[in-house]
Amino acid sequence: MIGFISYLVFFSTVAAILAIAVLGLNLQWGNTGLFNGGIVASFGAGAYGTLILGGTPQDGHLGGFELFYPLALAGGMAFAGGLAWVVGRLTLRLRHDYLAIATFGVAVAFENVMRNATGVTGGAQGIRGFERPLQNLLGSGFSYNLVFLVAVLAFLALVYVFLERLTVSPFGRLLRAIREDETAARSLGKSPDRVRLAAFVTGSVIIGLAGGLYGTFYAFVSPQDVLPILTFQIWAMLIVGGAGNNRGAMAGAFLIWGAWTFSGWALSRFAPVEAQLYTGSIQFVLIGMVIVGMLLWRPQGLFPERLVVSQPGVDTGNKQRD
Amino acid sequence: MIQHLVDGILVGSFLSLGAIGLTMAMHILRFANFSHAELLSIGAYCALVFDKVFESLSPVLATKIGPLSMTGALAISIILSMAATGLSAVLIDRFIFQRVRQKGEELSMVFASFGMALIIRNVIGLIFGLSGELYSNEIAFAMVLSRDPLLLVKPDQVFVLIAALVLMFALHVVLSRTTFGYSLRAVAENPRLAQVHGINLKRMIAAVWVIGGGLGAVAGIFYGLSFQITPVMGRDLVLPIFAATIVGGIGSVYGAVLGGFIVGIASNLALVILPSGYSPSVPFLMILAVLLVRPNGLFGEARA
Repeated sequence: MIGFISYLVFFSTVAAILAIAVLGLNLQWGNTGLFNGGIVASFGAGAYGTLILGGTPQDGHLGGFELFYPLALAGGMAFAGGLAWVVGRLTLRLRHDYLAIATFGVAVAFENVMRNATGVTGGAQGIRGFERPLQNLLGSGFSYNLVFLVAVLAFLALVYVFLERLTVSPFGRLLRAIREDETAARSLGKSPDRVRLAAFVTGSVIIGLAGGLYGTFYAFVSPQDVLPILTFQIWAMLIVGGAGNNRGAMAGAFLIWGAWTFSGWALSRFAPVEAQLYTGSIQFVLIGMVIVGMLLWRPQGLFPERLVVSQPGVDTGNKQRD
Repeated sequence: MIQHLVDGILVGSFLSLGAIGLTMAMHILRFANFSHAELLSIGAYCALVFDKVFESLSPVLATKIGPLSMTGALAISIILSMAATGLSAVLIDRFIFQRVRQKGEELSMVFASFGMALIIRNVIGLIFGLSGELYSNEIAFAMVLSRDPLLLVKPDQVFVLIAALVLMFALHVVLSRTTFGYSLRAVAENPRLAQVHGINLKRMIAAVWVIGGGLGAVAGIFYGLSFQITPVMGRDLVLPIFAATIVGGIGSVYGAVLGGFIVGIASNLALVILPSGYSPSVPFLMILAVLLVRPNGLFGEARA
């Protein structure tokens, strides 16, 4: 029983961390219509940044600044934001698919550099020697994980409230206006490029936060954590949940992460031994089929975007006319 | 140095072939197709299957042609694989992309292609296994072109380069000298106006996929001849091919050809200064450089 609960805590922590990343992507794709093909780069930047800034000194790679944890986490987020700013600055005024290609390229290059720049990132061995905050106080057992889960859920709630407020704010209205009709927004004196860049960087910072928490949770990050499959998983979570709907995005994160871990468990348990090698391939095909299937049959997701009225006026009986 | 240059030209020959189809699809269907590189894998594996079939059917075909590691069986397989890959590209469009196109906007297509890439790549892995395959297990000896500086070239590589150039020239003739070529360009410029002039849009889109798939198949097979065929070759090729289209300018066939060679040469020359582990990052650096200096590429035009 206690094993089950402790697994549930572990599972929920990872799912909640991924849900934060999905919320960040939702700001980019759901609200602004920006295709981010390299989520892992922001995620990884957050994780690497946090661990390098907050870790203890290690031989063989950069780090050991032993920064106060919130500062380290903020540093990781800033790293993710800076990376997004560079890419966004170069691509957002161009044809929209340039952004897709460039972000995809960032992710490939990021993984490649993390793997090879051994002196900075520890190479394939990853970043070691990070001590989780408050570990002296709480130990490293179940109670720590429980507190960590609560902290992650608090972050998730914070990001959710922030994004909900943003969606109904004038800025959120502007984002949707640009997504729906850029020319009209421009004719009103708005600058779509700048607004899009702001949304893209903000989304990436949120994804960076998720990455930072992920790195903190495992107290370790390596190139294996920034493989392209993570981008696909987070996309699948958003599209299943419903692009444009923050609650849907979070539900999608838990659903897909649940399906992913369950399929992994089921395959390792019931598949014949000679098929075990192919477990990953089968799971990847399933994720791909979820993405394509949703686009074909339910592109709005399980929980479609609700149309927001930013400034609800006095009810003048407009309902009959709708 | 000169060896890197020569290797780069050879790599460029199949990158160009892959980029031509990608840039045409991006121009006419207006979406960045992340699954295009998987057509190269499909082509390479189709040829592998056909090759095995023909070799077992008729041993005569299994003998090698001249100094090449290529056999008669593989030569026929290339043609058949081009057709099969073109057909798969048309089918993928019919069953997936076309339906997404009717429902959503352009970025949904990008997204669908992301998912398709993942599916195709891993299904290939499930069918053929995760380890690499070779068309011929015999070692192809390199010819020494010069001793100082040392310059080695495999006969296969020379064949690949010549065949790629011949194919590109054939495509150039078709695009610039035939009614079909004019129709294709008309569709790319303005699909509605082209339809008013009696051009069958559906047929043109299918033609783009056949050309893209056919050239992609050849690119995949040539990649297989130069290195080895693996299920993840699409993953490794997608970025260099995108880089080639961006360097050349999205939509320009000639740009794609030139871009392919530029990316191939640059990636190999980069090995002079960078450790070889960094070579997968080079295409991305080229994309960044082009976006900074000349965002629409060498031959591209600005288009919303």
